[in-house]
Amino acid sequence: MEKITAKLGLGSCGIAAGAGEVWTELEKVISENKYPVELAKTACIGMCFEEPVLELSGEGKAKVMLGKVEVADVKALLEGYLNDKLEYNNIILHEHEPAVHNDLIGNQQRIVLRNCGIIDPESLEAYEAAGGYQALRKSLSMKPMDIIDEIKNSGLRGRGGAGFSTGMKWQFAYAARSDKKYVVCNADEGDPGAFMDRSTLEGDPHSIIEGMIIGAYAMGADEGYLYVRAEYPMAIKHLRKAIADAEAKGYLGKNIMGTNFSCELHIKEGAGAFVCGEETALMQSIEGKRGMPTIRPPFPAESGLWGKPTNINNVETWANITWIVINGAAAFRKFGTEKSPGTKVFALAGKIKNSGLIEVPMGMTLRDVIYKVGGGIKDDKKFKGVQLGGPSGGCVPASLLDTTVDYDSITKTGAIMGSGGMVVMDEDSCMVDIARFFLNFTQNESCGKCTFCRIGTRRMLEILTRITEGKGVMEDIEKLEQLAVKIIKGSLCGLGQTAPNPVLTTLRYFRDEYIAHIEEKRCPAHSCTTLLKYEIVPEKCVGCTACARKCPVQCISGAVKQVHEIDQSKCIKCGACYAACKFNAITKV
Amino acid sequence: MLSSKQEIDAILDRFKGRHGALIPLLQEIQSLEGYLQKDTLKYVSEQMNISAAEIFGVATFYSMFRLKPQGKHVIRVCKGTACHVSGANGILNAIRENLNLAEGEDTTDDALFTVMEVACLGCCSLAPVIMIGDQTYGKLTPEAIPGVLGKFAD
Repeated sequence: MEKITAKLGLGSCGIAAGAGEVWTELEKVISENKYPVELAKTACIGMCFEEPVLELSGEGKAKVMLGKVEVADVKALLEGYLNDKLEYNNIILHEHEPAVHNDLIGNQQRIVLRNCGIIDPESLEAYEAAGGYQALRKSLSMKPMDIIDEIKNSGLRGRGGAGFSTGMKWQFAYAARSDKKYVVCNADEGDPGAFMDRSTLEGDPHSIIEGMIIGAYAMGADEGYLYVRAEYPMAIKHLRKAIADAEAKGYLGKNIMGTNFSCELHIKEGAGAFVCGEETALMQSIEGKRGMPTIRPPFPAESGLWGKPTNINNVETWANITWIVINGAAAFRKFGTEKSPGTKVFALAGKIKNSGLIEVPMGMTLRDVIYKVGGGIKDDKKFKGVQLGGPSGGCVPASLLDTTVDYDSITKTGAIMGSGGMVVMDEDSCMVDIARFFLNFTQNESCGKCTFCRIGTRRMLEILTRITEGKGVMEDIEKLEQLAVKIIKGSLCGLGQTAPNPVLTTLRYFRDEYIAHIEEKRCPAHSCTTLLKYEIVPEKCVGCTACARKCPVQCISGAVKQVHEIDQSKCIKCGACYAACKFNAITKV
Repeated sequence: MLSSKQEIDAILDRFKGRHGALIPLLQEIQSLEGYLQKDTLKYVSEQMNISAAEIFGVATFYSMFRLKPQGKHVIRVCKGTACHVSGANGILNAIRENLNLAEGEDTTDDALFTVMEVACLGCCSLAPVIMIGDQTYGKLTPEAIPGVLGKFAD
């Protein structure tokens, strides 16, 4: 038997789906049967919905990727592949033949995620074999300003959400005169529904570190920080190892690659505060203080960490740098649009079939992202809206699905590109509830410095809560709109300035849902529990007792083969009966 | 203080003279003692020459720091957008009901479990998700909760 390679995805999502157990089984089966299999690790390929994902390859064999692999499948899979008789009902990628998700990868363009799910993220050798640290070697032979020009010419814009020119930002820091400068990687990915940075940090930590070293060299910095959310233990672990390995190999530390340039990098674990994703708050937090934003100017490029010039970029921005240095600005501009060149990583989640991580060229329509790459809506329900940009963003409705993905087009819809969270909503999602959800988040996370953000978001939340409970009045809509303007104008940082966006966009595109809640005391999506009732349809109920057995508060009565009844006074509206009924005999009204 | 002065001193010694030390220092103390105790914080204030007000300000600003003891197992219930639209509220209610937690309480009487809501665990494609210790559980239903909690019953 020819030797084969079995590569398993062991990112956070893979582990959560049971990849740890599959790994143990692989080790056991291989050693017990003395199979000629080389076992390899990788992180997330992006198809989180198919985890655990196993890739099999070998000399003269077609490479295949298998989804939803279970412990019980392992032996048969290895045996089958070794003997060219692989039988499996979920081959998600196939090198030569059609497979369910060949298109999913085919429609993507991977620059940032080029190594994610392919190399072992804990191996420096694997990164080097994929061309790693060549960009640093090249950069060290260039003049700093030439590197900055290359980044400027590439048109790369900050992937954290605001979309400011990265090259310009670098130039400001370069031009600042100081004995000490810092570079910072913002990995405080706080938007609920976003996991692009987690996957990149877990899957290809060296690419971010290399980007930062190049940036430090170009701007004249010799120290840097990676500010990472504490909720991402695996990302922190992989980064720590990557930094130690890079130091040992002379890519970091004193006299990098034999030059006069020295640079050290540190990891700072966040302590749980969304506002620290804002750059001035983030710097306060690195300094060990409460993470409250400060007034700009002075901008960090003049006075940042400990008063020294500082350049802060997001994970995805840093991960683009090495590719641009190696391939050049012109190659980068081949992807995307004129004003938004390159690609964008999105985290697809919510009611979408292929939830996971994708990278597409800018300029693709939302429709193509959701239907071609994302596979469409779960259970083939009706698309209602897509939430972009997290708590700072907004909901884009079905009528605007042909909007292209680029900074300027998305801003026109009232949403923002944001860092790349894309949460898809179907007919069962209530848009008033979504607005309430985000306001609950922002009012919790407001640092309290600005009055309008601190108190205004709370008032908006109270109004939204009473609307979802059927206690709203029509003037509430007007009040929401007035408050929104004041919060936007009266807040110092991005958190407050964008907090009303989810409310404003849902009011703009889904106003009828607000009116239904207020005037008819009805939630069109049947999602707001106060306005919802579960009822049994007598004609359809066969008396199977399935619902009564599932009801956690025993409020369903009825004998076997007789029509059941729900005691509305006791019902907690958990929906367990609705899910349990196989005869569609329970309706939401 | 729950731990010995020597243990605390060992942490403080590593941070003395370093700028921006307060947050990582508190993180280490919390992982040693389980939460931030008043006596310990006073001691840190004296030893590090940082005012108690500043320490308290930082400790109350970040959601990760706890000023009360917590249960042996910490359950983090993800309340991110994807989990929210996939029924995170039902999961949270099922957990609280299963653990008999009264309103406003977050730790069980036997100090076995503490329930926390967190913004996003970043496992959105497995929504709804919870984390118990460092174990992640995804695609949950309220019915699955007793089984999951049962694994940590001792």
